[in-house]
Amino acid sequence: MNYQTPLAKVKGLGSAKAGTGHFWMQRITAITLIPLSLWMVAFTEQLLNASHQEMVAWLSGPIDIVLALAWVIAAFYHASLGLQVVIEDYVHSEWIKISSIWLMKLTFLFFAIAAIVAIFRISMIG
Amino acid sequence: MIKHKRPLSPHLMIYRLPLTGIVSITHRMTGVVLAMGLIVYVASFFIILQGNEAFLELQSFLDYTIIRIGIWFFVYALFFHLVHGMRHLIWDVGTGFDKDDMDRNAIIELALSFVLTLICY
Repeated sequence: MNYQTPLAKVKGLGSAKAGTGHFWMQRITAITLIPLSLWMVAFTEQLLNASHQEMVAWLSGPIDIVLALAWVIAAFYHASLGLQVVIEDYVHSEWIKISSIWLMKLTFLFFAIAAIVAIFRISMIG
Repeated sequence: MIKHKRPLSPHLMIYRLPLTGIVSITHRMTGVVLAMGLIVYVASFFIILQGNEAFLELQSFLDYTIIRIGIWFFVYALFFHLVHGMRHLIWDVGTGFDKDDMDRNAIIELALSFVLTLICY
């Protein structure tokens, strides 16, 4: 039995079968970011005080590079999920909302890729 | 649009936000600030990549008092978002919704993120 009205059907309303995905990924990245934020603080401290040589060595150790990459993936994913909610809450025009969410997500994807490439290249000079 | 001035129920612009409300909107604002800050971090990776000279130039830029103050606000924003985010995780479990808990936890959050920032300093 389908209780959907014809109008709702033609507008494409209804469940997309992905309702909890956003919620879950936001929580999972949040929990991951609790320890990784301390990496972020430690990196900031290095950025302010270390010499260039120390900085490169700090970033390219075998564990440090994994932490750096994990931080990039978790932080950019978490940020894009969060900004999506902010846009959804405050932008009321449907087409501006959808296109700005996509523009924001692609921008964050682009910067995450750039960060990953940069981290790999830093590890090659170290 | 509105023809008659009818009384409205109190909404955001009318009543004074409780502490929990202020903390809640601060969580969102710090989140946006932190997201923007990520772009600066990517830029710093590329400056490290450029070599010693560019790195020293970056460090002398970060040395300006106004920039330093900005960095410390950023670190405070990070810790606040982290601590309040942990409260969201506690809420997800289904506890901590009593009025007294809300007020007490808000004060704990503000103080704890300040202490954590101070430890970093």
